[in-house]
Formats: sequence, C-alpha cells, structure tokens
Amino acid sequence: MALREIISSGNELAAHAAVDSGCKFFGGYPITPSSEIMHELSDLLPSIGGTCIQMEDEIAGVACAIGASMSGVRAMTATSGPGISLKAENLGLAQMAEVPLVVVNVMRGGPSTGLPTRVSQGDVAQAKNPSHGDYKSITLCAGNLAECYTETVRAFNLADRFMQPVFVLLDETLGHMHGKAMIPSEEVVKAGIKSRKEFTGDPAEYKPYGVAQDEPAVLNPMFKGYRYHFTGLHHNATGFPTEEIETCRKLIERLFNKVEAHQEEIDSYEEYMLDDAELLIVAYGSVSLAAKEAIRHLRAAGIKAGLFRPITLWPSPAKRIKHWTDKIEKVLCVELNIGQYRDEIQRASGRLDIDGLFKVNGRALSPYEIVEKVKGM
Amino acid sequence: MAFNYDNYLRVDKMPTLWCWGCGDGVILKAFVRAIDELGYNKDDMCIVSGIGCSGRFSSYIDCNTVHTTHGRTIAFATGIKLANPDKKVFCIAGDGDALAIGGNHTIHGCRRNIDINFILINNFIYGLTNSQTSPTTPQGMWTVTMQKGNIDPTFDACRLAIAAGASFVGREAVTDPKKIEKLFIKGFEHKGFSFFDIFSNCHINLGRKNKMASAMENLDWIDSRTVSKTKFDKMSEEEREGLFPTGVLHQDENALEYCDMYEQVRLAQQGKRKPITAADFAKKA
Repeated sequence: MALREIISSGNELAAHAAVDSGCKFFGGYPITPSSEIMHELSDLLPSIGGTCIQMEDEIAGVACAIGASMSGVRAMTATSGPGISLKAENLGLAQMAEVPLVVVNVMRGGPSTGLPTRVSQGDVAQAKNPSHGDYKSITLCAGNLAECYTETVRAFNLADRFMQPVFVLLDETLGHMHGKAMIPSEEVVKAGIKSRKEFTGDPAEYKPYGVAQDEPAVLNPMFKGYRYHFTGLHHNATGFPTEEIETCRKLIERLFNKVEAHQEEIDSYEEYMLDDAELLIVAYGSVSLAAKEAIRHLRAAGIKAGLFRPITLWPSPAKRIKHWTDKIEKVLCVELNIGQYRDEIQRASGRLDIDGLFKVNGRALSPYEIVEKVKGM
Repeated sequence: MAFNYDNYLRVDKMPTLWCWGCGDGVILKAFVRAIDELGYNKDDMCIVSGIGCSGRFSSYIDCNTVHTTHGRTIAFATGIKLANPDKKVFCIAGDGDALAIGGNHTIHGCRRNIDINFILINNFIYGLTNSQTSPTTPQGMWTVTMQKGNIDPTFDACRLAIAAGASFVGREAVTDPKKIEKLFIKGFEHKGFSFFDIFSNCHINLGRKNKMASAMENLDWIDSRTVSKTKFDKMSEEEREGLFPTGVLHQDENALEYCDMYEQVRLAQQGKRKPITAADFAKKA
C-alpha cells in the first residue's frame, strides 16, 4: 500500500482522517486535551462544504452530530473523559436507534476534572459501557501516531457497517505527540470507504429495524422518500415504540449479536516478539511504545519478553488473549489506570495471577519502569 | 369537502396515547392544517421531539421523525438542519423539556437564530410522569413534589425566547385552535428561529388536584390567564398580573439566520469572500 509521510500531531491526524473518510459534520465542545481536533476541523470541514460547530455544551455537541448522522451524513464528535460522561445518555440513544457516529476520546487524568493536561488511560472501562442499559461497544485504541489516522478511518467504516457509535481512544501523549507518521494516501482511504447500507425498494415495504438477528438496522438517509421513525424507546421493525415482549427481547439481543457474530471484522491487535516469548506484556495506546522499548532492553539482558497489543479494545480479542496466556506463564499488564484492562485479561484468560504495572499520577510510563518491574517478577 | 388529516398522519399509530380531551391533539390538528396550507412536502420535513407526552407528537406525523432524549430536541435538530439547510425542521417539546432539563439548548437555539420551528407544548406540569412541578407551574398550585403548594417562580417562556434572540416569538392556547394554526403559518414561513409557546391543558395531572378536573374547567382556567397582545399592551402593570399575552409577540425580519451565516463561513474558508467581520452584522437601515 502506498504510504505518505506526514508530520503532524495525533489530534490533527484524527481530524484529517475524518475528512479523508468522507466525514461532513463535526459537533463538539472545547475540552483539553482533545480541542485541537475541533480546531483543525473548523478549518477543514467548511473548506469542503461541510460543517463544524462548537455547541453550547458537550451534550449538544454529540446530539447535533447524531442528528446529522441520522439525516445520512458521516459525523464525528471528539472530547475527553468528562465530555464522555456528559454525552453518555445520547450515546445510548445512538446505540439504541443504531445511528453511526465516530467518538474520539483523548484520555486525560480522572475521575472528575482530574488532571486535564496530563495523560491517562482511565476511560477504558467507561468506553465499554458509557451509557445505561445493554449494548455492545466497539472501541479502537491508537498505539502510535499513524494509528491516530488509520484507526479513525477504520472507525468510520465500522460505524457505518455496524450502525452504532464507535470509540477511538487516544491519550494525551498521542494526541499532543508531534512527529512523522506514515499513513495511507487519500485515494486509498477514499477507495476503502464502506458506506452504510441503503434500502432501495418500495417505501411501503421498508422495515429499517426488520433485519436478521445478527445484522444492524438499515437506515436510509432522511428526505429521500423513506419516512420512518427514530426513537430511544424499545421499537419494532418499523422503528415505532412497542412493549411487545418478544420484540423487546429480540431487539436488545440483536444489539449484542450484530457485533458478536462478526467479531472477526472488528478484531485488531499487534503481536511483537511473541513467538519465543517467556514473558507476556499486555499494553495498548501510548504505553505500548514504552513497552516495545522495554522489551528490546529486556531481550538484550537475556529476558525473552514479548508484547500483545490490543488495537480493538472492545469487544476484546479474547480468544487471542487466551491463546497467549495459555502458552506463557508470566503475564504483565501495563496501564495508565489501576488495571481496567487487566480485568478483561483475567476474564479472557481465566487466570487471576496476571501481574500489573499501573501508573495514575498523570505521567507517562518510562521503558525503564517496565524493565525494573519485569526484572523483579 | 372536509379537511383530510389522514394525508399527514400515521393513522395506523392511532389512537394516540394522549388522554381523552388532551390539548396535544388540538395542537397536532393545527400543525397538520398549517403544513397543508403551506403545501409542505412530507419528504422535506423533519420533526424532532423530546420526552414526555409531547414526545409522542413526532410519531403521529407522516414525515421524517426523531424521538430524542429529554430536553435535547434543539441540539439534534441543529445537526439535522445544518446538514440539510433546505429542509423544514420542527421541534416539539414540553415545558420540562424546553425550560428545565433542556433550558440551555433553548437559550442557544434562540441565540443562533437557526431556522428551526420550535413548538413548546406548555401544560404547566410534568403530565406523563404524574404531576411533578415544571418551570411553568403557577405558584401556589398543588404538585406531587410540592404538595403544600408550589413555591417555584413561574417561567415566561416567550420573554426568555425574545431575550435570547429568537427572531419570531408567539403564543396561543388550545382554547383557540384556529389562532394556533394562523400563528404556525406565520412562524413556519419566517426565516430564523421561530418559538411558539402553546398553552395546553392537562386536566388529568394538573387539573384533578387543582380544582379543574375536567378538560373544560382546565381550558376555562387557561382562557382566564391569556389575553391578546393588543389588549395586554394597553393594560397597566397591575392589570397584567398573572396574564400572558397571545399572538405574535416579536418578529424581526432582518435578523441573520445561522445556516446562511455558516454558508458565509464556508465561502470565506474557500477563499470566495473576505473573512467575516463586524460589518457583516451591521443592522440594515
């Protein structure tokens, strides 16, 4: 694949990925450390006839983006943890009504206002279930500058494929990292756009939510002669509210099934020096950069360490995790939170002896901290 | 020939979930008559509603409809309108929706003066959820959350909308459906944020505990609280006490509309015009 070299920051790369993916609408509210995404899009989107609007609050930011998407336009919002907390209810509506949306969360220290300008991976658990109720989140996590671009591109295609919000997790380190990235050409990205399905038959026959139990809704753009109804209430095949017992059960089960049945389309991970590894490090996001450097130091010192880096965090690549945790006895989870993803590694592996190196003071992890930890294991 | 409402309604969703005698149905009829009079195409219309009895309004009209979260109609509608500026976008919200949980969006929708038609169905109570105090509940009335009489000051939604910058603001009551229809026709054709404060009855969950248990008693009470703007303007401060003026309360034909202004942003970004300055907003003579 033809790659191009670009010197930019993680946040700016996410913004450019949106535009290259055909995004025409951004709604948001300023919040550190994600604001540069909106800054960039306020320049890029109107230049191509799109819209970038700074709304009155985080809630309105996500709501107008969902509205634009309901009308058939590719849309995005970006924020940080406190913003996700505020957007949560409307993200639930998008899950329930099956409205595609890309949500970039540039993670900072929490809870509450936390450490606004410093790095964290504290929103990993939040990304799994930001809103109340049952649904299956799709969450991607960039591990380097180039992935701030490529994972945002992938998020747009997955959102339209599965008709639901897709999270892209960046962290403050990646969002503000400035450097060289090798990314696919605009043409390659454009050629890879997979837009949402559209029903082209007789409007009288149109059942937007009347789909197979493992498929997403088929939601046509507004204003094209297919007049239907969106609601956050339990709804039937035509989108109208219902409390009919079987319909309610099947709707929620389908929101799970549509993701679970096609996990191979969503799974993504990197395996680094794992083939002969005797120690497994699990890390994601900017931490994985430190982990890779640590592994090189450890190997130079005769310790055969390797990295498993989930890129799709939710649904987790559980089978692949188990493959490695069955094979390798010593497992270390390295995170900028207190084990939010270790919980998932424990679940997937069926093991409770997963070690952890956790840092929650807003500072990045250095490779040497990982080396020290491993030497003491 | 009798007016055919069925052209615009989802008849298969009837009967509505509204109570016998509810004013929401009167507003629905006035809405249908207004869009028929204006000749709007159903495919070019989008109705966005919130939560509460009024939230179901969207499901009964045969067009592109969205039933959203509590208080957020304007935020969703803003995205739909900005992405489709040539389409007709309507919001339907209750008094809790528009003035309590969604008050911030009401203020900023008015301030942006985006071309959205915002219909507040104002029945002075949280009707669907059994009589909690709303921002428009009159002081001294019984509510389930103020059982010894409501102490919260009563919101005048139209004064808020005018102050916040809506360029069309009007009020009518379900006691006079024909006037609602006429107000809708004027406001829908107005370019900019059109704010309609429509007084409606909830004899079930406001009336029963406040000595107006029938629809007629509740409507008489609404009637006693409204007076035409023409009369209101001639009244003294004392005479105006407890009264709300009806009719077109404010209209500014020259106010700049947000989608139009955002188009100027696009043109400036594309180098097709100079950057926007204060001169773009100078009042027309």
